[in-house]
Amino acid sequence: MAAKPDLKLLGMSVSPFVIRVRMALHMKGVSHEYIEQDLFNKSELLLESSPVEKKVPVLIHDGKPVCDSPAIVQYIDEVWAATGPPILPADPYERAVARFWTAYVDDKLFPAYVGTAKAATEEERTQQINEMFAVMGQLEEAFAQCSNGKAFFAGDSIGNLDIAVGCNLLLLEVLRSMYGVEFVDTGRTPLLAAWAKRFGETDAAREVVPDVHVAVEYAKKRQAYWAAAAATK
Amino acid sequence: MAGGDDLKLLGAWASPFVTRVKLALNFKGLSFEDVEEDLSNKSELLLSSNPVHKKVPVLVHNGKPICESVIIVQYIDEAFAGIGPALLPSDPYERAIARFWAAYVDDKLVAPWVQSLRAKTEEEKSEGLKQTFAAVETLEGALRECSKGEGYFGGETVGLVDISLGSLLSWLNATEVISGTKIFDPVKTPLLAAWMERFSKLDAAKAALPEVDRVVEFAKKRQAQAAAAAAASETK
Repeated sequence: MAAKPDLKLLGMSVSPFVIRVRMALHMKGVSHEYIEQDLFNKSELLLESSPVEKKVPVLIHDGKPVCDSPAIVQYIDEVWAATGPPILPADPYERAVARFWTAYVDDKLFPAYVGTAKAATEEERTQQINEMFAVMGQLEEAFAQCSNGKAFFAGDSIGNLDIAVGCNLLLLEVLRSMYGVEFVDTGRTPLLAAWAKRFGETDAAREVVPDVHVAVEYAKKRQAYWAAAAATK
Repeated sequence: MAGGDDLKLLGAWASPFVTRVKLALNFKGLSFEDVEEDLSNKSELLLSSNPVHKKVPVLVHNGKPICESVIIVQYIDEAFAGIGPALLPSDPYERAIARFWAAYVDDKLVAPWVQSLRAKTEEEKSEGLKQTFAAVETLEGALRECSKGEGYFGGETVGLVDISLGSLLSWLNATEVISGTKIFDPVKTPLLAAWMERFSKLDAAKAALPEVDRVVEFAKKRQAQAAAAAAASETK
């Protein structure tokens, strides 16, 4: 009988990249120790394990650190290939499509979120919000293509792309709460809106995603930090 | 090669991201049709194959498009797993490390370097170069760790990170010709300088990398165009 793996995840509960990795671990049913990090006061363990980027998430397996959420998710999928459902599809072409959209989400959605939260003027914020709407429009099309009429990006059950997009839903709720903008809109992006509801009801999402007020609190703390940094320049 | 594998690469000769795909195809020993795109007048095929970004490279395999250079390289490795050498290691931990450094090359080396090449002010240029050199120093350490005493990031043989970084060689050489700056300084980063020499001697690399003279001419022309545009906008 396999012993429990020596597995630690250094994370921050509202980070979409951390949520993504926790969902991957949940999908595979892998037990691990989760260690919440204070990103305003980084621990020795975090700085040692992620010396280059000094960021979360970091997965530490048998003492060896793995950094970068896409690399971590693929690592989990490969090490625990025999357990639970596959996270990435088996077919090389479908894998390439899943990786393409994951890269798209990481390059466009998260920066638009940060841009919106960080915007110094109303004009800047509107620009970032429009960027976010464009991204959601693109993802609506991606969903139509990838899902082939099924419930999730990956088909009948969640996969890599569902967690890559889904981990960001919390941030969209933060923006709704703070600025009153609805990005997951049944009018504009009906497929995504229906998918988001289904995704929110999965075990993975219920287990791992914190309440929006926790995320709003963190966002406000981050905004105060940026404001202070800008003031001291 | 298996019959019926139709491979077209939509590219532009000067783009290191396109070179990256050529390197992967060459290292695997795969033949392909090299389709040169006019980026100021993009073809229907390119626009329909990459509607999201409308960029090169795009690999079209039996009519199906794959976009984004690092994704294309991994696709080539997986779709042609039985052919030629593996581009990623078989151990999951080593694969994760390779993926990390490949992403690092693009995010931390290429991005600021491009910024410095396109900079409109001296300040922007030197900030870009500062970040570029910081990334180069980190990559020297990465090479030491990953190579384990062998010649490449992939160990004994070329891998994903070698291909990602190697795709930049003609531009690194061109930068030295134009500005005198050696990005891989043999004194500060001896392993990288030696790696650059070693990599550029490989047949697959020689076939994929554009000629340095051509890149120099291209870069100078672009700089002149940018300067002219800047001057024109100032005289309005």
